[in-house]
Amino acid sequence: MDPVEIREQFPLLSSHGVGRSVVYLDSAASSQKPAAVLDAMRSYYENDYANVHRGVYALAERSTEAYDNARRQVAAFFNVADLGEVIFVRNTTEAINLVAYSWGLANLGVGDVVVISEMEHHSNIVPWQIVCARTGSRLEFMRVDGSGRLVLEDLDRLLATGRVRLVATCHVSNVLGTVNPVETIVAKAHAHGALVLLDGAQGAPHLPVDLSALRADFYACSGHKMCGPMGSGMLFGRRALLEAMPPFLGGGDMIRQVTLRDSLWADLPAKFEAGTPSVADAVGFGAACEYLSGLGMQAIHQHELEITRYAWEQLLELPDIEIYGPPPEERGGVIAFNSGDVHAHDVASILDEDGIAIRAGHHCAQPLHERLGLAASARASFYVYNSRADVDRLVDSLRRVRSIFALPGA
Amino acid sequence: MSDLYRDQILDHYRNPRNHGTLEPHDASFEDTNPLCGDRVRIDLRFDGERIADIKFSGRGCAISQAATSMLTEMVKGQTIADVRELTKDDLLDELGIPISPARLKCALLGLKVLKASAYGYTGWPGDGGS
Ligand SMILES: Cc1ncc(COP(=O)(O)O)c(C=O)c1O
Repeated sequence: MDPVEIREQFPLLSSHGVGRSVVYLDSAASSQKPAAVLDAMRSYYENDYANVHRGVYALAERSTEAYDNARRQVAAFFNVADLGEVIFVRNTTEAINLVAYSWGLANLGVGDVVVISEMEHHSNIVPWQIVCARTGSRLEFMRVDGSGRLVLEDLDRLLATGRVRLVATCHVSNVLGTVNPVETIVAKAHAHGALVLLDGAQGAPHLPVDLSALRADFYACSGHKMCGPMGSGMLFGRRALLEAMPPFLGGGDMIRQVTLRDSLWADLPAKFEAGTPSVADAVGFGAACEYLSGLGMQAIHQHELEITRYAWEQLLELPDIEIYGPPPEERGGVIAFNSGDVHAHDVASILDEDGIAIRAGHHCAQPLHERLGLAASARASFYVYNSRADVDRLVDSLRRVRSIFALPGA
Repeated sequence: MSDLYRDQILDHYRNPRNHGTLEPHDASFEDTNPLCGDRVRIDLRFDGERIADIKFSGRGCAISQAATSMLTEMVKGQTIADVRELTKDDLLDELGIPISPARLKCALLGLKVLKASAYGYTGWPGDGGS
């Protein structure tokens, strides 16, 4: 994989783009978009646009076909054979909320336990706080150990109580980069009759994800972090569960028949897609899946392992750099760090002066920062268009941070 | 070296003026910027309407801490009425660096805390403030 060549396929970052000199190291927040995705969306609006499922005219049929095709592309990307198990949503947050409000409110009760972890993004914490409070169920936690790994003994201990109904955790941490042992977690949970929801926001863009093999009950992800447009996302759910769950939102498109007092729900996946869907976003999401498959998810993962290892080595050449999380071979393309006692926002502002875009703050993972004893961290994240040259510029700019703040050894 | 991190800013960050707490004090207020975890507390002692003494404490980024340090120098010896009149732009002019919208809350945290402590005004720079 040649990231320099790939960068040319992303209009914003390409040598003709406004971001041609930008070192974009914030793909964990959102990825840039390849021309293939933008073209697919534009072509849909120019050639196939109408509302879906409603008209009998040719355009409406083309639009419906574009929407269905997008679902086939996304399903193929995750190796899901049953298209009814692929629900289009706006983002990971909406996918998790759908499960929390639909499955959670219907299935959780007093004494039941939902297990999450200390490394979750707020979007996999807050919905469970709300639903646990509403149902009288309890929220429990897997801790994070000193090297940024989940303490699986916590899971064993909690599962042994027989009260756990759901384990909801991230596939890959958006701060520590930890790739969690999700196969083990699924096996342990299922052995105790608990379901598993995986927050795949940072997994799906970076790792091959085979949902048939993984056997997770729910898997949530965001299209915008994997080369697709904002407003696109997926909830995968096992058919038996989705069929038993009540709808999340009610309205058009999600019903089979409506009388003034009662309605019958539509079949999957429409039951969970009330209202006019975001078809162009779905089309872009489908195109993004094709694009990533074209590059090869294994190749993308390999590229990220290499660049992350390189970044890790280069960063550790700098004195006073502290990196959080496991060693490079156990993580996705994310490195959160601090440089001496310089505040992460000051680091990010100085890097910005050099055209380097990183994230600074708590990255929507405040409990994790609390656990690490940090107010904030700086985070560099890598994707298909990042090269070693990007890492070199990051490191050069971090040297400038050191010299501006007169850290020793600058 | 840096447009933002000029010597004056770094000097105030490393050698903050009027740093510490006042015990006893006539007024005190503390606030945080939830986005970066910046924290600023300001203690005041009055002589009638005049700020006889001011001290600040806290932790956070260089912009928030340096701006608060500079602010304490600006208002020491001034009256509560003067603090009422003080605008965001007065402080930003004094800072004299190009503050991006993303860093504005850092730069203005101290001023917000000062106004709250001096006369109970907490209206901005919170959400929807002017
Ligand atoms: C691990 C993780 N979960 C959930 C989210 C939420 O994604 P979104 O804002 O697209 O719903 C993110 C990204 O911000 C994330 O990194």
